[in-house]
Amino acid sequence: MPSSPADRRVVVTGPPRRTRTRRVSGYYRPRTEIDEQTTLGHTYVRSLMRTQLRTALAVFAVLGLLVGPLPLLFAAMPDARHLVWAVLGFGLYAPLVLLARWFVRRAERNERDFVRLVEDR
Amino acid sequence: MNSSYAVPAVALVALATVLVGAFGLRISRTTSDFYVASRTVGPRLNAAAISGEYLSAASFLGIAGLVLVQGPDMLWYPVGYTAGYLVLLLFVAAPLRRSGAYTLPDFAEARLSSQAVRRLAGAFVVGTGWLYLLPQLQGAGLTLTVFTGAPDWLGGLVVAVVVVAIVAAGGMRSITFVQAFQYWLKLTALLVPALFLVLAWQGDGAPRHAFDEPGAFREQRVVRVDDTITIKLRAPLTVTVDGTVDGRVHEDRRVRLDAGAHRIKNGTRLTFARGDEVPARDHGTGGGLSPSLAESRGERPLYATYGLILATFLGTMGLPHVVVRFYTSPHGVAARRTTVAVLGLIGAFYLLPPVYGALGRLYAPELTLSGDADAAALLLPGRMIGGVGGELLGALVAGGAFAAFLSTASGLTMAVAGVLTQDVLPSRGVRHFRLGTVFAMLVPLAASVLVGGLPVADAVGLAFAVSASSFCPLLVLGIWWHRLTPPGAAAGMLVGGGSALLAVAATMAGFPKAGALHALLAWPALWSVPLGFLTMILVSLATPGRVPPGTAAVLARFHLPEELRAEVKA
Repeated sequence: MPSSPADRRVVVTGPPRRTRTRRVSGYYRPRTEIDEQTTLGHTYVRSLMRTQLRTALAVFAVLGLLVGPLPLLFAAMPDARHLVWAVLGFGLYAPLVLLARWFVRRAERNERDFVRLVEDR
Repeated sequence: MNSSYAVPAVALVALATVLVGAFGLRISRTTSDFYVASRTVGPRLNAAAISGEYLSAASFLGIAGLVLVQGPDMLWYPVGYTAGYLVLLLFVAAPLRRSGAYTLPDFAEARLSSQAVRRLAGAFVVGTGWLYLLPQLQGAGLTLTVFTGAPDWLGGLVVAVVVVAIVAAGGMRSITFVQAFQYWLKLTALLVPALFLVLAWQGDGAPRHAFDEPGAFREQRVVRVDDTITIKLRAPLTVTVDGTVDGRVHEDRRVRLDAGAHRIKNGTRLTFARGDEVPARDHGTGGGLSPSLAESRGERPLYATYGLILATFLGTMGLPHVVVRFYTSPHGVAARRTTVAVLGLIGAFYLLPPVYGALGRLYAPELTLSGDADAAALLLPGRMIGGVGGELLGALVAGGAFAAFLSTASGLTMAVAGVLTQDVLPSRGVRHFRLGTVFAMLVPLAASVLVGGLPVADAVGLAFAVSASSFCPLLVLGIWWHRLTPPGAAAGMLVGGGSALLAVAATMAGFPKAGALHALLAWPALWSVPLGFLTMILVSLATPGRVPPGTAAVLARFHLPEELRAEVKA
C-alpha cells in the first residue's frame, strides 16, 4: 500500500497492463475487494481517506498559519491601520483562491492514483 | 434621502427575478428537477448561483456599515465568509456531494441510519434558516425606508412575497438561474458606483485620513439622532445642540461637552463643525444589520476576533442554504471545482464593501450616530456625486441590495421548506413543498414585524456560531471518522449547538452586562466548537456498540471517485 509519494510513483509508472486472463480472473484485483466489501477492500478505502485527509489537513494548517497570527500582529502594531486595511480588505483573497486550487489539484491527483492502483494498471 | 429612481430600480429587480425564475420554470418538471435541478448544473453556472445565494444583505450593506462604525477590524467578517468556503472545500465538498443526499437531515440519516438524528438535524436547519432569514427581511425594510420613507415592514413583505412566489413555482432549477443572475447583478450594482465614487474621491484630492483613527468631519454637518444613544468623547467638544443632551434641553445653542459619556435623546439635532472628531457610539440597541455584538468587542478585542474567525471559518459549511447547493453538482469532482470558482467570485465581490466603508468614514461619518450605518452604501452616491447621476447610482445600489435580500432569502426558504416538507408535513411531493414554502417564510416574516426593534441582526453571527458548533462536527466527523455513532452525533449537536444558542440568547437578553463572562457568552465559538467536537467524540467512543452496521460501505461511497462507483452499480 502506498504510504509515501515515492511508493505511489512506482505503481503509477509501473509495469504495462497485465494480460487479459489475469484481469478477468480478478483474483488479486483490489477492485473486486472493494466492490465486495471485504476487509481488504475497506483497507483500500481507508488508505484513500487517509491520503485525502492528510492533504486537507496540510492545506488547513497553511490557512491557520497564514491567518492565525494576523490578529496578534495587528494588536502588536496599533499604529499600522493602513496595514490592517490592506491585508484584510484586499490582500487575503488571492492566497485563499490559490490555496483552494492547490488543494483541488492534489485531491484529484490522489483520486487518479487511487483509481490506477485499484484498477491494477 | 428621497430618490425617484430607487423604487423603479427595486421593482425592476423584483420583476427581472420573477422573469428569470419563469424561464427556469419551463424546464422544471420532475421532483428531482424541483429539489436539486436534476444534478445537472455545470460548475460555472452553479458557482455563480452559489455566490449569488451566499452574498446576503449582511455582505452587501452590513460590511460597509460595520467598517464605517467599527473600523477595519470588521473586515474579518468578509475574510471569514470567504475562508469558510475554503474549509468547506477541504473537508466537506466532494464527499458531501457523493453522499447523494438532498439536505443536511438526509446526510445525517444516510450516514447514521437514525431517524432521531435526522429530526434533530432538521430542527437545527429550520432554526438556523429562520435566524438567517430575519436580517434579510429587516434589511429589505431598511432599504425601502431609506429611499421612500415607507414603513419598516413593507420591504420585508415585498421580499417575502416575491421569494415565496419564485420558490413555490419553480423550485431549485429556477432558483439556480435566479441566483446566477443575481450574483452578476450584485457585483455590477456595487462595482459601477464604486468606480464613480473612487473617481469622485480622486477629484476631491484623494484625502486619506479615512484610514486613521478616529474619523473626523470634513465639513459642517447636521446630524439628527433617531434613537436615544450614548456617545463617548475622547476630548472635550463644542457642538451646536437642538434637543436634549444629558437630560438638559438646549435650543440651538453652542454647548461644550466634556470628555466622557453623554446621553443624547432621540430627535436631537447636533451640528458639528469641520474637523471635529466623530464621537464614538457606546453600547446601544443599534438598528439595522450591523451585529450589535460587535459593539461589545471593545473590552476583549483579541478574544472576540478569534471567536469571529472560528465561527465564520467553521460555520459556513453548516449553513442550510450553502449545503443544499452542493447536491446540484453532477459529481464530486465538479463539486470541488465549483467551490474554487465560488471562492474566486465571492473574493472578487468582497473587494468592494471595504471601499464603501472607507469612503463612508470620509464622507458620511455621522451615520455612526444616527444609527443608519447600514445605509452607507445606499447614501454615498447621492452624497459624493449628487445630481441625477448620483441618484441613478444610488438606485443601482438599492436594486443590488434588493437582489441580495431576494437571493439569500430564496435559498434559505428553499432549504427550510425542503426540511419542513420532508419531515414535518404529512406527505412528500410538490404540492406540499409549496405549502412548506409559505410556512417557511411566514414565521420569520411575523417575527420581523413583531420584534422589529430588537437587535435581530445578531442573528447572523448567532447562526454562524450555532452552525459551527453543531453541523461542523457532524459533517467533519461524519465524513472522516468511522466510529461516529447516532447517540454521539445527537449529543454533540445538542451540547455544542445548544450551548452556543443559549450563550448568544443570554447575551441578547442582556444578562451579563460586562466582564469576562460577557465576552465568553457573546462570542461562544471559541469554546462551543471544541465542546461540540469533544462531546461527539466522547459519547461515540462510549457507545461503540451503536456504530451503524453499514458504516464502511457508506464511507466508501463518500470517498470513492465516481468512475469506480458507476461500475459498482452496473
